[in-house]
Amino acid sequence: MDNGNMIIINGNEIPFEPGETILQAAQRKSIEIPTLCYLKGASPTGECRMCVVEVEGARNLVASCAAPAGKGMVVHTESPRVVEARRLLLKLLLSSGNHNCAVRKSDDQDWTGFQLSVQKEDSSAELCPAWGDCKLQNLAYQYQVTGEQFPRTETPYPMETVNPFIVRDFSRCIKCGRCVQACCDIQVNDAISFGYRGSNTKVIAAGDRPLKDSDCVFCGECVQACPVATLMEKDARYRIRPWETEKVRTTCSYCGVGCQLNLHVKEGEVVQVTGVEEIAPNYGSLCVKGRFGFNFINAPDRLKSPMIKKEDGTFREASWDEALDLVAEKFKAVRDDHGPDAFGLLTSARVTNEENYIAQKFARAVMKTNNVDHCARL
Amino acid sequence: MTNTIADIEEADVILITGSNTTENHPVLSSFVKRAVKFRGAKLILVDPRRIKIAAYAHQWLRQNLGADVAWINGMMNVIIEEDLYDKTFVAERTEGFEEMKKVVEKFTPEYVEGISGIPAQQIIDAARMYAAAEKGTILYCMGITQHITGTDNVKSLANLAMLCGNMGIRGGGVNPLRGQNNVQGACDMGGLPNVFTAYQPVNNPDAVKKMEQNWGVSGISDKVGLKVTEMIPKAHSGELKALYIIGENPLVSDPDLNHAEASFKHLDFLVVQDIFMTETAQLADVVLPSACFAEKEGTFSNTERRVQRVRKAVEPPGEAKDDWWITWEIARRMGHETDQYTDSQKIFEEIRKVTPSYAGITYERIEVEGLHWPCPTTEHPGTPILHIGQFPKGRGTFHAIDYIQPAEQTDDEYPLYLTTGRVLYQYHTGTMTRKTQGLNEREGESFVEITPRDADRLKIEDGAMVEISSRRGAIQARIKISDKAVDGTVFIPFHFAEAAANRLTNAALDPVSGIPEYKVCAVKVSAAA
Repeated sequence: MDNGNMIIINGNEIPFEPGETILQAAQRKSIEIPTLCYLKGASPTGECRMCVVEVEGARNLVASCAAPAGKGMVVHTESPRVVEARRLLLKLLLSSGNHNCAVRKSDDQDWTGFQLSVQKEDSSAELCPAWGDCKLQNLAYQYQVTGEQFPRTETPYPMETVNPFIVRDFSRCIKCGRCVQACCDIQVNDAISFGYRGSNTKVIAAGDRPLKDSDCVFCGECVQACPVATLMEKDARYRIRPWETEKVRTTCSYCGVGCQLNLHVKEGEVVQVTGVEEIAPNYGSLCVKGRFGFNFINAPDRLKSPMIKKEDGTFREASWDEALDLVAEKFKAVRDDHGPDAFGLLTSARVTNEENYIAQKFARAVMKTNNVDHCARL
Repeated sequence: MTNTIADIEEADVILITGSNTTENHPVLSSFVKRAVKFRGAKLILVDPRRIKIAAYAHQWLRQNLGADVAWINGMMNVIIEEDLYDKTFVAERTEGFEEMKKVVEKFTPEYVEGISGIPAQQIIDAARMYAAAEKGTILYCMGITQHITGTDNVKSLANLAMLCGNMGIRGGGVNPLRGQNNVQGACDMGGLPNVFTAYQPVNNPDAVKKMEQNWGVSGISDKVGLKVTEMIPKAHSGELKALYIIGENPLVSDPDLNHAEASFKHLDFLVVQDIFMTETAQLADVVLPSACFAEKEGTFSNTERRVQRVRKAVEPPGEAKDDWWITWEIARRMGHETDQYTDSQKIFEEIRKVTPSYAGITYERIEVEGLHWPCPTTEHPGTPILHIGQFPKGRGTFHAIDYIQPAEQTDDEYPLYLTTGRVLYQYHTGTMTRKTQGLNEREGESFVEITPRDADRLKIEDGAMVEISSRRGAIQARIKISDKAVDGTVFIPFHFAEAAANRLTNAALDPVSGIPEYKVCAVKVSAAA
């Protein structure tokens, strides 16, 4: 990069590639510009205006997610003008629905009334289900704003719960459009879009039908993209708070794509799965099986003990010692009495490399046969 | 895959065949759909069903089941005839062009139309479209491999890619989409009867010696072992006495299940190691409980040869143990006292020593992002794209391949073709996915997908229970009239043990790979008794 392609953000000279936005240049240097609607991998919509910055010489504030960085541009990301604009936006958003995160003035009367009205619509006495995992809440704290300055706007749309996986709570929608982009620009399932107009704007599926009757394939990309509490996993909503869980990163065990996912563990149980963002091969995306098909891990009918078949054909539980000794004895007898090739081993495309290696080593080094295969063909 | 998943987005033309991509590899299908929607890539789909990805395709060619060699040869015929092939690539990087050309000559679009049912003009259009691409990628799955001509089909796709110079470049390649999380790794690790790790042949004396030295044993067999599809008949005839099955459910996934079940019952001793009491485990003499992916450390290798970490998040239930621990405990109890392993990393270190393509991969290096093998040294960055500049053996060989028809044809008694596969909401034999209520709510039982016209002809209504039978067995399932189906062919998912599609399928095998012809057999459909 030559010296010409430099932008100055908050006094720091930052080189940029032609075509890069102000936001991208800033992010590369870890300068935080708040965003709500910006979704990496999709084209910026400039919908939320949260990322506005002040560019010297420009009359209006500029949406940094969409504005390209320019040679010699001098940018302020937290100037008083910028902060004032963001505070106003946040106040409007906070007043626009059921944002009962207690980011409000300590006026008991008003809070109680507000909380009760939310409870009526969401049948929970708890604070917002996204509490502690909400971009809007974080920004409200950061900019120290509350939601009562403007009259509360009612949402005309009821909650949708008629599918097994995703709850759509329109009362908490900030219309940032990330879900629409996640669906149409990232996963390209084209199941949802903005419908109606003005203050009636709603994210709709297939002519405003429930997700289950639309093209939705329940990949949950929209849930992961939602910055607030509008779209949440049905089983996790209200039941799992982020501070109660520990995240363990691993590789999905379904198809061969090898999606990187986070297992969210609460009290020794996997209770939620999310995609690992910005890492190959899936860059945060998952499918319905990877995101929602984890119940088998903790299924009550998991095998818990070695089992040996009795004379009558039923099984009895056995200790590891008994079961392993029996297997070792029988395998040894087959090898020694009938020859190594009377034994076969089917290893598994489901288990790890290390386990496959040990399995074939067992067949070859211990049983002395190459009768080892797995279900690649099936 | 010769190329990476991300690479798909760089292709100008994407040819998908025998892959129901949106249902079986949904995340990967997004890369295809984005390429089409946002980057102007052209998509050619060749598939017997009108699957969802067809909606994104510029051309959908509907071939008769098992006619793949014919349409691929047909495309090559057009490309050679119209002089659209990459002459530099063919001259500099390949061999066997003339022999291949000779066989392909008779596969004129009209001749191919007769075999495949694809209109001649569509073959011409698809050939021109693929050949015009600067970067063309081919994605395929079991719809290509699960035929008696599976190996021929794959070689034919490789022919097509080489003919157009689409190997060893970004956005190109021949890319099999692996259907199971670690099928790539199981092959890489030598979970095959003919090779040790990294595809070192078992009948190569140097490879045998290398393993004997590393493992501190003697007498390793240099004779190629039995494939799974050969073990079953040997079990039936009594030659195979004992079988040890780890994490598989062949009693739902094998072809011609009635025969497979009888064979398993002939075994003297069957051990099944799994996370559930599967249909196969129920036949076992001993069942050993293992830990699932969320309960163990290790690595999986994905379809793009990327070796990635698996990490333990929760404890296994009850007494369940890591699979490697169980297997090696049996070895130890058989008197094999050398090599004691304490954890998966120690095993991985041993893998690196005997597996040239994994030698440079360590747990530390793949802590954040996985590496693509081959990765021979710890300084090597991994190999996202294979065959750049040269094939491993020097030149790529064109194979001259003629068309062979499927093992079973329809007739008066069995007038419909059956093809099998998976659905979005279930996985393989369903042992895992069927534990999630929501997935069952979306798709919880077997069905027979059929066209309105075929259903009409049979006087069967949508949702009716029917009996589907082949020469090998019969099952009952519900009729699903669908625009995915094509006249004359029905589709049944194989997930559901209680209506196992594999009671119907044909165990005729590809002579090289031993893959059964799951994708074609003849059936009849009648109202359930």
